[in-house]
Amino acid sequence: MKVETLERLNRARQAGHPSLLITDIKNGDQSIVIGKQWSGSIPESIILNDNAARILREDRARTVESDGRQFFIQPFNPPLRLIVVGAVHISQALVPMAALAGYAVTVIDPRRGFANDERFPNVTLLDAWPDEGLSELAPDARTAVVTLTHDPKLDDPALDVALRSDAFYIAALGSKRTHAARLERLATLGHDQAALDRIHGPAGLALGAVSPAEIAVSVLAQMTQVLRRRDNTA
Amino acid sequence: MQNDDILSLAADWHAAGRQVALATVVSTWGSSPRPAGSHLLIDRDGKMMGSVSGGCIEGAVVREAQEVIDTGEHRLLDYGVTNEQAWDVGLACGGKVQVYVEKLS
Repeated sequence: MKVETLERLNRARQAGHPSLLITDIKNGDQSIVIGKQWSGSIPESIILNDNAARILREDRARTVESDGRQFFIQPFNPPLRLIVVGAVHISQALVPMAALAGYAVTVIDPRRGFANDERFPNVTLLDAWPDEGLSELAPDARTAVVTLTHDPKLDDPALDVALRSDAFYIAALGSKRTHAARLERLATLGHDQAALDRIHGPAGLALGAVSPAEIAVSVLAQMTQVLRRRDNTA
Repeated sequence: MQNDDILSLAADWHAAGRQVALATVVSTWGSSPRPAGSHLLIDRDGKMMGSVSGGCIEGAVVREAQEVIDTGEHRLLDYGVTNEQAWDVGLACGGKVQVYVEKLS
């Protein structure tokens, strides 16, 4: 690979532009596609535009044959996102674990005593009200939203926004009883049963987790399960 | 670590004056441990980051990559099931994997 090709690809990735790297695995020719812009020696005709879009959507590299040549096509999407509502103890464990798993993490909490750089180094903190912060971040199908404050004043508005989005995973911390009461409140905001069923509550797989770090493991495990099982049935 | 970080690391290693090759899984069959698109970064001294298997073939890929760095010619490598009697390199899991190795130049 030419250094210039790698640098161009890295710039596109860092800017959050979905991109493709196409390699002729016999002769070593390469092209990159950023948006609809092609550069490199491989002709555009080897891959149709809707194929490019599909490979990006499925987020899975593959080999394709065209004109008797074999091309390896690798998609690069912006990272998955995790939005955590509540800068609490569990969040301090969940944030670095999710970052290791490849998520770009943002923590929303209007309470400065919780959301500060000392408790959360190296993560984006948003000291907004959860509904405003979440609306601003606009969760999409590559975003997970987890509410961890235990406080309906903070969690409910966040869940209200999350349920109106395409977020692939929505979870809320709290016991079964807390969760049942939460669902009743959200129903009065106009969410039907199908919408309410999208919320994983109590959050996380039932591992019997006790400590904040163990609960974080159970939440990240469930998030992974929802993400990958969805991928397999797509 | 996120797989994508390997490409940033490749640029960093090259900028630091190291000679590097990038190995990429391009096809898999059966129960191979790393999916297509997984990267292993190798320098001339044999230092490596990332992975193209569960550790089964990395040693062999590193040696091939050092030759790719010397010759500048890319290679397409095929690894299948381990045959213990023949002492060949392969995947104990029973999968097969094809790896593309290229020099960064």
